Amino acid sequence: MSEGRPERVRVTGPPRRHAPRARTGDIDDETRLGHVYLGSLLREQLRLALRTIALLVVSVGSLPLAFHLLPRLSAVRVGPVPLAWLLLGALVYPLLVLLGWSYVRRAERNERDFAELMSEADG
Amino acid sequence: MSTESVTGLVAVVLVTVTTLLIGTWGLRFSRTTSDFFVASRSVRPGLNASAIGGEYLSAASFLGVAGLVLTFGADMLWYPIGWTAGYLLLLVLVAAPLRRSGAYTLPDFAEARLGSRRVRTLCSVMVVAIGWLYLLPQFHGAGLTLRAAVGAPTWLGPVIVGLVVLANVSSGGMRSITFVQAFQYWLKLTALLLPAAVLLVVWAGEGAPGSRMPADADWSVPLASGGTEGLYLTYSLIVATFLGTMGLPHVVVRFYTNPDGRAARRTTLVVLVLLGVFYLLPPVYGALGRVYATELAASGRSDVLVLELPRLMVPGVGGELLAGLVTAGAFAAFLSTSSGLAIAVAGVLSQDLTPRLLRARRLSGVAAFRVGAVIAVTVPLAVALALPSVGVARAVGLAFAVAASTFCPLLLLGIWWRGLTDVGAVAGLLAGGLGSGVGVLWTLVDGSSDGWPGVLLEQPAAWSVPLAFVTMVLVSRATASRVPAHARRFMVRLHTPEALELDRG
Repeated sequence: MSEGRPERVRVTGPPRRHAPRARTGDIDDETRLGHVYLGSLLREQLRLALRTIALLVVSVGSLPLAFHLLPRLSAVRVGPVPLAWLLLGALVYPLLVLLGWSYVRRAERNERDFAELMSEADG
Repeated sequence: MSTESVTGLVAVVLVTVTTLLIGTWGLRFSRTTSDFFVASRSVRPGLNASAIGGEYLSAASFLGVAGLVLTFGADMLWYPIGWTAGYLLLLVLVAAPLRRSGAYTLPDFAEARLGSRRVRTLCSVMVVAIGWLYLLPQFHGAGLTLRAAVGAPTWLGPVIVGLVVLANVSSGGMRSITFVQAFQYWLKLTALLLPAAVLLVVWAGEGAPGSRMPADADWSVPLASGGTEGLYLTYSLIVATFLGTMGLPHVVVRFYTNPDGRAARRTTLVVLVLLGVFYLLPPVYGALGRVYATELAASGRSDVLVLELPRLMVPGVGGELLAGLVTAGAFAAFLSTSSGLAIAVAGVLSQDLTPRLLRARRLSGVAAFRVGAVIAVTVPLAVALALPSVGVARAVGLAFAVAASTFCPLLLLGIWWRGLTDVGAVAGLLAGGLGSGVGVLWTLVDGSSDGWPGVLLEQPAAWSVPLAFVTMVLVSRATASRVPAHARRFMVRLHTPEALELDRG
């Protein structure tokens, strides 16, 4: 401490009954509770990812099987365009973007929820 | 020299010069080693997505898909679908955590996650192998394009691409390449979109020939031919492309240039849009080629369909100009993809595989990167000049199969499963790498696919990817005591938003 400066005075209020502790502390200290917090975020995000993938598998991934089991599908035309070309050449792409967009929205919401949960102090 | 050669030549020279100019301009911003490797992690989603699109749309997308569609029909549409859907899987499983891991390259990620030098070295070897496997068809495609455009000998294209890439990569690194590749996405889109629009108008003006022909049923079946074997081939291709994208070294390296995990996700979403728009176009060329250029398929030159079609459909100067534009786009495709791959391979070579050699000569980080770039480009260039071409899209498909069988399991388990161990990772990488590698060698050397053994080797992903996953999980379980002590802390780093103040190890 340098000379000439007034001595530092600590100003405190009356002691609280519970010291507030951010929940991030639980994660930092790897407490049981911290594991639960982190686990819940991971599970939410993984569930969201798997749900997106399931939609992809059902919508796009089932097409080869459908055309294999029902060969007559290949002869179906929508206007002048064969169904296969319409689905695989064009409609797949907006679907992929839609799946991606909905994933990003939900993933960011999960993270916001997690951040809110963390910022609440335990009483 | 004919007018054909002149427009083609002008197009190639223009693209090359512009690429070099933008690269040099980017040089003014490249000062530090971090600029060189990851553009100092400050690239915004719009620019970064254009750069990813520019880098990703290779010769296989620009030339290969249209040619395959012309020859084989609707089942080849799975290539562009897989190359796009790969980004959806990357988005939902890998994008944000990978960015948050804070690693530079795939080997960096492996070492940070598993704390093992052995895994790192193995990953480095695989990055180089996949990168070189992917560079080969780019060089072959460049030779093809220059021959079709100006009648140059086939060795000239690869040499030019190699030299330009080398100049760009070693002068400006990642930061300048970001600008170059963003520019090249829009160039490629324009070069395919504009001629396609004109050709469609010409086709409609001629009374839409072909549209009232009875459907060629076989050509419109979205399955490889041969019953169950065809079904297997199609699904195996889907597995390879859907899961392979996340394991491509030049794709992954771009994610480290995002500012944070949220930006990484948004970038990937924009990439999905950009790719979706682009991939609407190659089938148009394939379908028009069905009407106007059937002899290309018959003579086995379908890879040049996109380059030849404008001339076949529009006589005179108009056709020449369109052909020049398409040639420019094709050349941009080789330059951008090769640059991205060269950066990824050079980064790994200079950081991991040659540091002892380089340290002995007291080279700085940037100088080592330049030496790495020279090695990264010359080796596949030499191989491309020595080996015959195996078909542009096919060779790229093999690189996807290897990436899907090695880095995909490593990334997915590393990001989502705390129990992964270094021994498990090595075992899985070897199992998947050897399995798919045998398939690649088989296809490059022999290539005949008779009966199930041949079919299984031709498209190995459907069995080699599960094999790698199962091996990684089982061996990790058996060596559970080796789970790194910091695994949980690392999960915090991968999955929590950066804004939260947490101890990330």
